[in-house]
Amino acid sequence: MSTYVLIELAILIPACGALFIAASSRIPNLREGVTIATAASLLAVVAALYNRADLFTLPPIVLAQPLRGLELQLSAEPLGLLFAGIASLLWLITSVYTISYMRSNNESHHTRLYVCFAIALASTMGIAFSGNLITLFLFYESLTLSTYPLVTHKQDYDAIAGGRYYLGILISTSVGLLLPAIIWTWHATGTTTFNAGGILSGHIGNGGVIVLLLLYAFGIGKAALMPIHRWLPEAMVAPTPVSALLHAVAVVKAGVFCMVKVLLYVFGADMLLDCGGNNILVALAAFTIIAASLIALKQDNLKRRLAYSTVSQLSYITMAAAILTPLSVKGAVFHIAAHAFGKITLFFGAGAIYTAAHKTKVSELGGIGRRMPWTMGAFAVACLSMIGLPPAAGMLSKWFIMQGAFAADNLPVVGVLLLSTLLNASYFVPIVYTAFFKPDTTNHRHGEAPWPMVVALCATALLTVALFIWPQIPLNLAAQLPVKGG
Amino acid sequence: MIHLPVALVVIPLLGAAVCVLFRRSFIAWTVALAAAWSGFAISILIAVYIMKIGTLSYSIGGWPPPWGIAYHIDYLNSFVLLIVSGIAAVVMPYARTSVNYEIEEDSQAYFYCLLLICLAGLLGITVTGDAFNMYVFLELSSLSSYALIGMGKRRRALTAAYQYLVMGTIGATFLLIGIGLLYNLTGTLNIHDLAHQLAVNNIIGSHNRTLLTAFAFIIVGLSLKLALFPLHLWLPNAYTYAPSVATIFLASTATKVAVYMLLRFCFTILSGGFIFKLTLGKILLIPALAAILIASMVAIFQYDIKRMLAYSSVAQIGYMILGISLATPLGLSAGILHLFNHALMKGLLFMVMGAVNYRIGAVYLNDFRGLGRTMPWTMAAFVVGGMSLMGIPLTAGFISKWYLVQAALEKGWWPVAALILIGSLLAVIYIWRVVETAYFNPAQEMEAESSGEAPLSLLLPMWLLVLANIYFGIDSSIPVELAGRAATLLLGGAS
Repeated sequence: MSTYVLIELAILIPACGALFIAASSRIPNLREGVTIATAASLLAVVAALYNRADLFTLPPIVLAQPLRGLELQLSAEPLGLLFAGIASLLWLITSVYTISYMRSNNESHHTRLYVCFAIALASTMGIAFSGNLITLFLFYESLTLSTYPLVTHKQDYDAIAGGRYYLGILISTSVGLLLPAIIWTWHATGTTTFNAGGILSGHIGNGGVIVLLLLYAFGIGKAALMPIHRWLPEAMVAPTPVSALLHAVAVVKAGVFCMVKVLLYVFGADMLLDCGGNNILVALAAFTIIAASLIALKQDNLKRRLAYSTVSQLSYITMAAAILTPLSVKGAVFHIAAHAFGKITLFFGAGAIYTAAHKTKVSELGGIGRRMPWTMGAFAVACLSMIGLPPAAGMLSKWFIMQGAFAADNLPVVGVLLLSTLLNASYFVPIVYTAFFKPDTTNHRHGEAPWPMVVALCATALLTVALFIWPQIPLNLAAQLPVKGG
Repeated sequence: MIHLPVALVVIPLLGAAVCVLFRRSFIAWTVALAAAWSGFAISILIAVYIMKIGTLSYSIGGWPPPWGIAYHIDYLNSFVLLIVSGIAAVVMPYARTSVNYEIEEDSQAYFYCLLLICLAGLLGITVTGDAFNMYVFLELSSLSSYALIGMGKRRRALTAAYQYLVMGTIGATFLLIGIGLLYNLTGTLNIHDLAHQLAVNNIIGSHNRTLLTAFAFIIVGLSLKLALFPLHLWLPNAYTYAPSVATIFLASTATKVAVYMLLRFCFTILSGGFIFKLTLGKILLIPALAAILIASMVAIFQYDIKRMLAYSSVAQIGYMILGISLATPLGLSAGILHLFNHALMKGLLFMVMGAVNYRIGAVYLNDFRGLGRTMPWTMAAFVVGGMSLMGIPLTAGFISKWYLVQAALEKGWWPVAALILIGSLLAVIYIWRVVETAYFNPAQEMEAESSGEAPLSLLLPMWLLVLANIYFGIDSSIPVELAGRAATLLLGGAS
């Protein structure tokens, strides 16, 4: 199979999977089987792409040309491949988890959930492999729209209100800020095709660069840079598997992926460093890291605490990418992977607790670690990763980001990182402490959640550790990104 | 080939006569369907001819212009012809079921007759190359549309029709005064001869007062007909209370043809649209922007969804006028392109209203509760139409927005580009209210037995427009090409 076909398949497989899932809605076992088969074949395709030597040198695939000079293009580059790999691997694990979760919690509308999941994954693949800004925008919007039914899955008042926030913020920032930024880029340069080293260089003045950078930074609402972060905690009304995959991996990572991609492939590292515009983004991200952590401290609802932690962790990636040294970009890319594995474990854990014990608040978790040792053990590993301690992957990304900050002589960033590590510890350690060392207060007899859920969350926890021991794949891919001196 | 332009007008007029003669609703519908489809076929033939060979001129009765009436078709009219006849061709198959439900049996034949007269008038305005003839056709289409609106089920349809009659007549009279003044200046009514005389006698260059007065009348008159904010007051009532088929047809064609007339007068008669460069561009820009913002905001607070869409139409007309007021090739082609795309999306959305009305009997926001479940195809069509209205990529609406923003940026008008996008966001709000109600609010128990999916005869034309909305969002080469050529032609002066 040619590499082109593989790239197209990466989008077509989940899209067609959605159709098959819809068609098999009457036979639940077949439908779930189709979901898993689709996820597995998507992972196989992405793995096959990784082994193609010619992948990053091919000219882009042109799908359609809606307007003269404006094409829908697909192409692959290291960052996109990494993103696609993470999303497809975790989709497979999440599918196993979701099936068990949905059945044990007697949720309704299973077919709609699986169909929307598959469409969301197709959009994610589209984002990962888009060859220009307009294709990126298209799949970005379709990701928003296809995840909306997932967020509002329960269809009660809270779900609708949360959905309004979700859709309102994401659509208004993308149409109101991102789209003008794209049009401006096109207007200035005559192209929107991603190019290593940027396309804007020489087409726009220094003041323009800063305004445009801000348009992109806030327009990519999925990256949850404050104050465009409210949608994320609001989206926690979704069922937990949805929060896990979409709001720890696909949607938010699509946001930071777009951010890194725009920084490296639209602006270009050299240009941003020359005019110093990246410092504004670093400052915004640093503020978000600290502020979101402070808010997370106060949250008693477990999923909301995780959501604010996500907001904070996403800004690690944005900040590291915006420092624009080879090491910090490496840290940013690595953190996309590390945070994905860690955060999905945490969400899986929250879902398992909800399924087995019907608890949603941190304060209710006393002694739960003794009833659910596997779940809380995995949860603890993921917490280590979030704080940045070995033997979890989060430690490596923090290491690289820190080194990058030193290389750029950016001491305030080092300070922010240290402070946020403390904050991370102070809102994650209590959860683990409560779970294992506080007395058991509940009368409800329960053990672990159903075994597929436990297997899934142990698998992601293991991945977090494995990524610490074998970090080669993301690091290799990160090394191929176009950063000055990289 | 040679008699095709006049056939466009003659076929629906004769059809209208046949409808009245037979008075049987089925025969009338068949005749209307045949007339609409043959009109569309002829429009396609003409478009192909124009793309291949060039401008088409036809002298009625063999009298050469400027003495006789000439039909003159270039890229612009051919494009508008495709819109009008295309919409008519899609609406007619839809009409049968909807009209059966909404209009009493014995007046159905008259409804089809009026619809055909209106179609003849609109096509006539579009093909003719004679200013006075244009006025005649405008009256023809307007009078028939007053009656069409008055045939609505609710009694308020009559007041709506009357309101439109008063406003429309004022508009038409203003237009007539303007044309009279032009005749007074030049002694001719043929559009191309008018342009020629104005240029040769240096009337344009001398900033002649009569000329400016004439155009003041013409532009105010046409603004009334095309419902430019704040002269739009007739439109929401008319669209809300008219029978569904009439609303679909008028919303996607009548205002478009009025915009066409504006283009013809301002750009062909005054070569290159010099008054736009003078002041008119800025004068029209303000009501256009006001339309986009204010009408969209008003739409958010409407509970009758047909009325909401009517206000949305006022806003969308703002987009068209905005593009035209820029008076650059890009701006003009964006405005002309939006004529087409808006016809697609608003036709679709009003078709959904017709289908909902058919099943539920009303289109208040509350009536949409639970429709996502009971009428899945209809509501899916609404979502696609809504996305097109918001300007989501891969729908036709995105293409218009893209060009409009580009055109505003090209002039360096940042705030205008921002307002265009704010308008899109307002559209998100008013469309989403309906989507949320349809998919998230449970249906009322009482209506459960009456509701179900709309019949196929309503769904098929609706989904044809859904596909068109998506197709022209992916491959927009045909409308973009035609609109671009029309814009170049208009700015290059009369050919």
